[in-house]
Amino acid sequence: MSEEKNLGSILVVGGGITGLTTAIEAAEVGYDVYLVEKNPYLGGRVAQLNKYFPKLCPPACGLEINFQRIRKNPKVKYLTMAEVESVSGQPGDYDVTVKVKARKVNENCTACNACVEACPVDRLNDFNFGMDSTKAVYLPHQMAFPMRYVIDEKACKGSSCAKCVEACKYDAIDLEMEADTVNLKVGSVVWATGWQPYDASQIDTLGYGKVPNVVTNMMMERLAAGNGPTGGQIQRPSDGKVPETIAFVQCAGSRDENHLAYCSYICCMASLKQATYILEQNPEAKVYIYYIDLRTPGRYEKFLKTIEANENVVMIKGKVANITADPESGDPVVVAEDILGGGLVRQKVDMVVLATGMQPSTAEKKAPLDFKYDEHGLILEDPQAVGVYATGCAKNPVDVTSGVKDATGAALKAIQTMVRR
Amino acid sequence: MEKKLGIYICTGCSIGDALDIEKLTALAGTQGAAVVKTHEFLCGDEGAKVIENDISAEGINTVVIAACSQRVNFDVFNFPDTIIERVNLREHVAWSHTPNDEDTQMLAEDYLRMGVAKAKRMELPEPHIEEDISRTVLVIGGGISGLTAALEVAKTGYDAVLVEKEAELGGFMNKMYKVVPRRYPFAKLEEPSIGAVISEVTGDPNIKVYTSSQVEKVAGQPGKFVVTIASPQGAVETTAGAVIMASGWKPYDANKLDKYGFGQFPNVITNVMMEEMAKNGPITRPSDGAPAKSVAFIQCAGQRDEEHLPYCSSVCCLGSLKQATYVREKDANAKAYIFYKDMRTPGQYELFYKSAQDDEGIFLTKGNVTSVGEGDGNSLIVEVEDTLLGEPVKVSVDLLVLATGMVPTTVDDPVLNLAYRQGPGLPDLELYNGFADSNFICFPYESRRTGVFPTGAVKMPLSGAESIEDATGAALKAIQVIEAVSVGKAVHPRSGDSTYPDFFLQRCTQCKRCTEECPFGTLDEDEKGTPLPNPNRCRRCGICLGACPERIINFKNYSIDILASAIKAINVPEEEENKPRVIAFVCENDAYPAFDMAGINRLQYSPNVRMIPVRCLGAVNTVWIADSLAAGIDGIMMIGCKYGDDYQCHYAKGSELANYRMEKVQETLNRLVLESDRVKILQLAIDDYDKLPSIIDEYMEQLDGFGPNPYKGF
Repeated sequence: MSEEKNLGSILVVGGGITGLTTAIEAAEVGYDVYLVEKNPYLGGRVAQLNKYFPKLCPPACGLEINFQRIRKNPKVKYLTMAEVESVSGQPGDYDVTVKVKARKVNENCTACNACVEACPVDRLNDFNFGMDSTKAVYLPHQMAFPMRYVIDEKACKGSSCAKCVEACKYDAIDLEMEADTVNLKVGSVVWATGWQPYDASQIDTLGYGKVPNVVTNMMMERLAAGNGPTGGQIQRPSDGKVPETIAFVQCAGSRDENHLAYCSYICCMASLKQATYILEQNPEAKVYIYYIDLRTPGRYEKFLKTIEANENVVMIKGKVANITADPESGDPVVVAEDILGGGLVRQKVDMVVLATGMQPSTAEKKAPLDFKYDEHGLILEDPQAVGVYATGCAKNPVDVTSGVKDATGAALKAIQTMVRR
Repeated sequence: MEKKLGIYICTGCSIGDALDIEKLTALAGTQGAAVVKTHEFLCGDEGAKVIENDISAEGINTVVIAACSQRVNFDVFNFPDTIIERVNLREHVAWSHTPNDEDTQMLAEDYLRMGVAKAKRMELPEPHIEEDISRTVLVIGGGISGLTAALEVAKTGYDAVLVEKEAELGGFMNKMYKVVPRRYPFAKLEEPSIGAVISEVTGDPNIKVYTSSQVEKVAGQPGKFVVTIASPQGAVETTAGAVIMASGWKPYDANKLDKYGFGQFPNVITNVMMEEMAKNGPITRPSDGAPAKSVAFIQCAGQRDEEHLPYCSSVCCLGSLKQATYVREKDANAKAYIFYKDMRTPGQYELFYKSAQDDEGIFLTKGNVTSVGEGDGNSLIVEVEDTLLGEPVKVSVDLLVLATGMVPTTVDDPVLNLAYRQGPGLPDLELYNGFADSNFICFPYESRRTGVFPTGAVKMPLSGAESIEDATGAALKAIQVIEAVSVGKAVHPRSGDSTYPDFFLQRCTQCKRCTEECPFGTLDEDEKGTPLPNPNRCRRCGICLGACPERIINFKNYSIDILASAIKAINVPEEEENKPRVIAFVCENDAYPAFDMAGINRLQYSPNVRMIPVRCLGAVNTVWIADSLAAGIDGIMMIGCKYGDDYQCHYAKGSELANYRMEKVQETLNRLVLESDRVKILQLAIDDYDKLPSIIDEYMEQLDGFGPNPYKGF
């Protein structure tokens, strides 16, 4: 707030809702913040969500406010397509090396779209989990912040093509742009690298990747989103059919010692929410939710009650044993034990949604810091630690509200490092 | 300030291809500008330099930039101490309307005139800064949340005043025998650390603790709260910059749970009683003091039950797993039974659940307890249906523990005792079952009283570990509001805004609309009903400006006059031309970005609509509607956020108030024999941009049925 004072700088790694919050909250106390994000846009996982539970409001609404806060506050400096390579030093005085990938589109980009119209190459759209494609030069998604295009280095044919360069009136495309290294000096570090969906193909029995029309809950978010691959019409991937019967498989990988031993916190609420997506588009659809326990803590209970009251939603307590393709129709067939009703259930449905859990991003790539981890890669934070902190889903699977609260606390911890009383 | 106006028109991004720039420039030339320039790439280095040079060399101090949306290139077009008005010729004109069309050109020309009219009347904000801002945080409640908040505040270099109504600090944590594991591998119970936290707080010279005390009154505003504490030594007055409300919870009254035999059988106790018993020694039957060899736990004793508590208390499953472990720890031969609806151990607490499952002396089953009766020799018979075993079971136990839930202290106590015109507590808590929760998923520290931050179990049912996290964040928010008001700036959602509403009180008629309608309780009243502003409570939403029938509430850069001039700047064609004109007042937070998205997607809609961004739909004064109709505008759209229980309005009440006010306007229209649907109020979410073309087309069709505004030309 008080621009004159130089209170010290904070590095926040991860530009999802958690990292964004830490960065903005600290900046609004008066600290300089560097926000480092590996994607070409800020917003992280929540930018891929269609709605938040339980209000069923669009995540873009809160992101817009947070981006406005960044626009108005020069204390937040952000780097996209950037990853922290090393951190050295001590609390109050860290040297950080950040590797910034070549976006190949510079700040001259006005987001006019002329390059896309010229580009002859398609690539799978990772934002939509490969369910559609974009050109090799693309806007990461329609509400992307920053509103700047990017070139997929792997897909782009480079200077041999250069049609986009010709098309751009603003010299915004630089195919020769190379990766850059940025050195930062900061007083404290907050690690907020969040989560990735657990790889459903690891769960052999559930048929993902083998049985057609078995999708993950994150794919369902994109299928339901107006800016998703189907323009928000929920259709099954194999043939575009509007599904009449949908099974949700809870704890797909979570609460399972062969996969993620912990509960991923959000998946029960996420499936209940997705049931509303389906029923809003097709009130006659039948939704079956296979669960172990329905976990809707606190006031989320009200949401559970609302969904339970819909006669087209059937809850079945039982763990799904396997999913196979019906030999004739190819439709997925779910086999589960019905614990309360007794006996095995065998059910053919149009589409299956696996409520896959949250795996910390640090499962794949550890932070260049002295964190300890559990066997799943969750950061085990030392409560006595000074200078370096972890927040959000990097240390515990949580919902958005809990993540934001923790992120706000992490901003305070980062500030305290620089306040020597 | 003597205004020197510069108008800069960008021709890039198809603007130049869609519009007759020569004509537009000629129009700009008639607007009293000292400089009119066009540039093919205004946001590029060279373009921005052109403006910068004019500011420094020509003394331009008021800039109208007719280019892209205000939501992009904010950093490029940021010139200090300069009045800047952005005219959106790209997303809202060139990208969403037919190029080189007469109507598209007229739209661009209107937008340019409107922008100039606004810029001519806007002034640079001068922050309102109060003197003697207090850097002390008042913390209400000395449980784990309040203690944590006070410590974190002190560790950051601010002072805290902690008020606890009991004689001892520590709250419910003090009663705990052990606590649920907080750290990996989440297998073993931990010793409570509350003693150490209490010593840290009482030993901190920057924390002043009042026990056996209560907050009697909180008056004033952020940065300058005046707090009266009723302490055993009498009333104490202190100042505070912010308030953390950590007054916690109380157990649900088990006397209401007679269906489980509480009050009838002495060996039926609550989880709170169980905790105390375990802390004080062996686990015994209250009836005869005999050791309890078998203990049953009923989960959701009142929770998830519409007749008692409709919500889940989040921590009772963990609590009973913990207490079952006590039973086993204290007597290796004792058995524990837990009957639950759903076992709720979210996140890594699942590992603790797993460790309890591995104990063969703990029996866990889903089931509904149907009856509790007395058996032989003081034992209790618990009957359970719908178990995993398939058939009803009867269990004979020595002791039955009811896992009762949490009730927030705010359910029957305002806690804050604010000396505010709108009352002593936080409003509308019935939306959250009495908890002092935030309405916003992304902004969990939002409350309807600026500078007041509920935290811990008064906000939502949560565990000790979660309370610590929550309280740490609350400490940051408290410090943040102190820093913001000390430089005269607003907090969320208009963080950093240094404008504030001016009240021209000589013309106030004491109608009290502003004091009643402000969602944040900013305004108090004198005995006559004249508003007493408290600028540090203000969020700058402008809802008071929308409320005032005398139009005496204005901001330097957002006023009745500024927007009225924009309305009057619209060129209304003669009736014969058959070109209806519609004004759309759009919420700048959600509807405006949605129109931007429509533009990015090149969605096309009627060029007869002129958009006016507003701070909130609640910040629309009905005089603008009258001005519009008097100017011959045929219809008015008001596009804002969802209202109702799950409202999305960032100012809580803005869109709801707008709807209420427009109903009144519609009544007036009926009296004037004008179709009331000429004024249309709509709720739109930011991601509904794809619906905009059809929304607008439908409205235009409806308007076509009404025919032109009969007041056109008067």
